[in-house]
Parts: sequence; C-alpha cells; structure tokens
Amino acid sequence: MAAGAASGGSARADTYKDARGWLLLPSWAVLGIFVLGPVCMMLIYSFLTKEFRGGVIWEPSLAAYDQFFFDRGLFGDEPPKLEWTYITIFWRSIWQAGAATLLSLLIGFPTAYFIATRPENVRPVWVFLITIPYWVNLLIRTVSMKFLLRDQGPLNDFLIGTGLIDSPIHIVNTNFAVQLGLFYSYLPFMVLPVYAAVERYNFSLSEAAADLYASKWTTLRRIVLPAVKPGVVAGCILVFVPSMGSFLAPDLLGGAKNFMIGSLIEEQFKGNAGNWPFGAAASMILLTMVLIILMFSARQQAKTDKAGG
Amino acid sequence: MKNLLKSSAAALALSVAATAAAAEGKLVLYHWFEYMPQEVLDKFTAETGIEVTMDTYDSNESMLATLKAGGMGTYDLAVPGDYMVSIMAGEGLLDTIANGELANKGNIAPEWADPSFDPGRASSIPYQWGSTSFAVNRDAYSGDIQTTAILFEPPAELSGKINMLDSQGEVMAMASLHLGIPQCSTDREQLKALNAMLQDAKQHWASFNSDTAKEVLVSGDAAVGQIYDGFAAKAREEGANVEYAYPTQGYVAWMDNVVLLKDAPNRENALKFMDFLLEPENIAAVTNYAQYNAGVTGVAGFLDPALAAQPEKNPHADAGDGVFIEVCNQEAQAVYDQIWTNLKK
Repeated sequence: MAAGAASGGSARADTYKDARGWLLLPSWAVLGIFVLGPVCMMLIYSFLTKEFRGGVIWEPSLAAYDQFFFDRGLFGDEPPKLEWTYITIFWRSIWQAGAATLLSLLIGFPTAYFIATRPENVRPVWVFLITIPYWVNLLIRTVSMKFLLRDQGPLNDFLIGTGLIDSPIHIVNTNFAVQLGLFYSYLPFMVLPVYAAVERYNFSLSEAAADLYASKWTTLRRIVLPAVKPGVVAGCILVFVPSMGSFLAPDLLGGAKNFMIGSLIEEQFKGNAGNWPFGAAASMILLTMVLIILMFSARQQAKTDKAGG
Repeated sequence: MKNLLKSSAAALALSVAATAAAAEGKLVLYHWFEYMPQEVLDKFTAETGIEVTMDTYDSNESMLATLKAGGMGTYDLAVPGDYMVSIMAGEGLLDTIANGELANKGNIAPEWADPSFDPGRASSIPYQWGSTSFAVNRDAYSGDIQTTAILFEPPAELSGKINMLDSQGEVMAMASLHLGIPQCSTDREQLKALNAMLQDAKQHWASFNSDTAKEVLVSGDAAVGQIYDGFAAKAREEGANVEYAYPTQGYVAWMDNVVLLKDAPNRENALKFMDFLLEPENIAAVTNYAQYNAGVTGVAGFLDPALAAQPEKNPHADAGDGVFIEVCNQEAQAVYDQIWTNLKK
C-alpha cells in the first residue's frame, strides 16, 4: 500500500514539489503532539517507580515489567515464577478481538460485496445506511444492545413468543455478548475498506474465470479474494486493534467479571490500585504487540505486491 | 411532545439565565453521577447569579486519579467519601477553610462536626450519609437475607444472579465483615482466607457494576445487588420487589463530603456554595432527591415525610454495626490490590 501511494504521488508531485515538506507539517504536528508525545510519556512512566495512590516517583525502576512477567505470590516474597495472570488477560483479549473480527468479516464481506455490485448511483445510499447507526454514541449503542439481549429483553421475548425456546437464552454477561458487542461496534470498519477494494475489482475477471469453467466457489477463492485482499486485511486490522483495547463492551456486556487488557489498564489509573507505571507498562506491551501485527501484515502485503507486480 | 416543548422552554429559560449570570462568575463542581438535583443548582444560580458547571465521576478512586492527573486548578469542589477525604488531605489536594469563612458552619450536626476523616471540618462539610449493603429481589428468594452469606455463599436460587459493585473498597470491606477480620489485615492466614473466599464467591456472581447497580435490580437482570441504601429505595420505588438487608455481621457506613480543593479557581464562589448547602432547606432538597441523610441540623421540617419511614433507613434490631471503609497503609494495600487482581483476572 505504501509503495502504491508513493508511485501514485510521484506522477503528479511536480506541482507542489517544493512545498511537499511543508504540506506534511500539520500532520506531523498533530501526530507529534497527540501520538508520539503520549507514547514517549508512557514509555518513560513504565520505567519509573510507582507512587502510592497514583502518580510516579522519578526514580528508574523495572518493577512494572517485573510485576507483569513474574509471580511472587500474594505477599510478594516467594521465589519468582512465570506470571500467568496478565498473559491470561492478554490472551483473552486477543481471543475476543479475534472472534469479533471473524464475525465482522463473515457479515461484512458479503455486505460490502453486495454494495459494490449495486448500480453506481445507489452505492452511496447503501454506504450511508451502513454509517447511520454510528452517529449514535458508542456507550448508548452498547447499553441498548444489553437491553435487547438480556433475559427479559425483546430478543428472548420474541424467541419464547414464537415457541422456538422455552426459557430465555442467557447472553448478557457472557463472552459471546462481548464478542457481539465488539462486532457491532466496529462492523463499519470492516465493511468500508472491503467495499472500497471490491469496488475497484474488475468484474470481467470473474466472467473470464467462468468462461474457463471455474466454479463460483473457485472464482471467489482464487480470483476475487486475492484481488480484494488488501481491503480485507485493512478491515481486519481496523476491527481487531480497537477491539483488543476496548473496555466498554467487556464492562457492560461481559459484566466486568474478567479483566480485558483495556479494563486492566483502566484499573491501574482509575481504580484502587493507582499503579501508573504498571498501567503504562501494560500499554507498552499492548502497543508492541499491535506493532508486530501491523509490521507482519505490511510485510505480507509487500510480498503479495511483489508477486502481483 | 408537550414534555418536549416544556423542557425546551425550560432549557431556553435556563440558557438565558446562564448568560445573565455569566457576569457574576462561575463555579466548577466535580461530583458523583445522579447525586445532585438540577433544581438545587438552578436555585443557587438564581440566588447568587453564579453559573455552575458540573462534571461527574463514578468512584472515589477515579475522581482522585483525574485530580492527580492534572485536574487540580480546574475544579473548585469535589464530593469524596469519608476515607477519600483523609487520602486527599494526605495527598495535599485540599484547601483549608479558615474560621469564619463559612457563615453556616454552625449548622453542621454535632455528631458530624468533628469526624475522624477531617478533624474539625478543616476542609469539608457534610453532603449526605448512608449505608452500603445489598438488596434482594423478594420474588426470587423468600428466605433470611440478613446475612452477608447472601453475597459470598448464596443459596442456590440466587447463585449466578448477583451484581457486585465494581469497587475494590466496598467489596473488600463487605468480605472482611463476612469473615470477621479487620479491613487492613496484615495476618497472612486471614489474607489467604479472604483471597480463597472471594475466588469461591465469584462463581456465584453475574457481574461487577457500580453505575447500573440500581438498573440491574429494576430490570431483573440481577436478583441480588450490592447497593447503597438510597439506590435500593429508588429501585423499590421504580417497581422492583427488593428488600434492603442490614446483615447481622455488619454493613458499610459512609459519608460523602463537599471539599474545597486546593487551587480552586473560584474559591469565593465555592465557599458561597458550601454555605448554600448548609442551609437546611437546600440540603434537604438534595436528601429528598438522593434519599440518603443530611448531616445538617434543622432539616427535619423540609424532608419528605415518607423518607424517614423507609425500610432502607431503619436498621432492624439485630443488624450489625455500620463500619467506615478504612485507609490501609501501602504494604497492606499492595496485598489487597493483588487479591482484587486475582479476583478479576
């Protein structure tokens, strides 16, 4: 993708050649102040000493990372063992976010394909319809979802009314509810990039495949999917990454019984623990994991680009 | 539609009033959610011309975190609970109210005039006080509920239908009462027992939630909810058949206090508001709304008569004592933090 942007840029770069550095200045300023600044602060804080009841003492310390990786028992004086607590929490978050991403892909891909194959003049209407629910605040949507799903809610009332089930399906306060919540929160992030990719797809390729006796399934698998893969990858990243750090859905729909990464970090700053260096360290570890995933997918992308070109 | 018209008219009137008041100065309040009736703020603005801005929080700890992370100098007043007043004083976040600065200081009820968490009321005035225990839906369970076992070793009918407050202090204090151990224990056996007991209890719990503590009882999502007495009364009024328990082992007592923050940008106005809240009529309006108790003398005549008769306000003869949440030292707190993480991992 980066290569594509660069080559696209060079074709009409001449007009603004001299100004190119200046044009990026606003972006650099915003990113520098609101992204790099906080990340650097977080990095520094994660290596400082915890101040009781929140805050940091300016003395370097590895205590936050030690707490993350080593278990020294309830009273902190046993010989160190590998700490599973936080690994479990991270794994749970990855799993939940992964399930939400998969759900989004299963629903989002056909939706995007459907929109991209409508006549050109009605496509914006469909895209518009997809975005409408997202004008409402995420908190309100998540709470409403809880109302719909709960034991005495409309969904269970309807299912019982139709005689499909006898007793309510228990959804609220389960992992599945969290996955549903995450899926619903981030679905458009899947639909929109996939739609953009499918829209650019040359449908005569599908016709050619059919002419060569490829079945519909084979065409999808070997022609359509590879062509729209960048959009799918972008969609997956856009759903997966925010899902991993989310704490609204786990708190409201999952009952906050088990920490996710987001709620664990939140607890360090807003909860009783008040352990800022540990919160910062957990954030840094999360950030590192996300960066690794992004770099991995960028490399994959570069490989496909090379193979394609 | 009529309501909509009414409220837009009210909003319009309010914004006109607010514009008029802007000249008189401002007051920035950092307060709990659903704890301050708008009429009281409007009345203050009408009387003094001071425009009140209010931000809200859902736990003492998140309020402390916001103030420590750069919120000082933004807010004039906050409303911490008892133990949090001493923590904030220890952190140097509170300003001292000099003698004579509050005209109505004498209105503070004698039993609340010199509390252990703020000797001599140097920085605070009473807001409301009450208790934290739990409420049980009587349609779901008809047995004895006056025991903390309802939360920690519940009968089969209630297992999986319990909402706990998502607050380490409240859960730990209640659990300590259940085991009959001190709140800031340093005894290893007691702490291990506490850790194990909470691990067992968790499998009976449906959720941890503070801000929907009332709502889950009203909707029937939870049959038992750890809750504040006034919230339980509201849940009952909203149609839930719930009974508030005063366990024989004891329950958590609390008092929220309006504190004057250090570096308050509108210190004079903050003191005016404190004086305003010490007027029996005004604080009674808060009590009628929040359904707790005021710590001011002379409120009785202004209170809703139904309030005093509420079952949530009247512990039965066998009820245990109400205990305040204690402030642990750093070493003890580290273990309690670990137990809390174990509980929620």
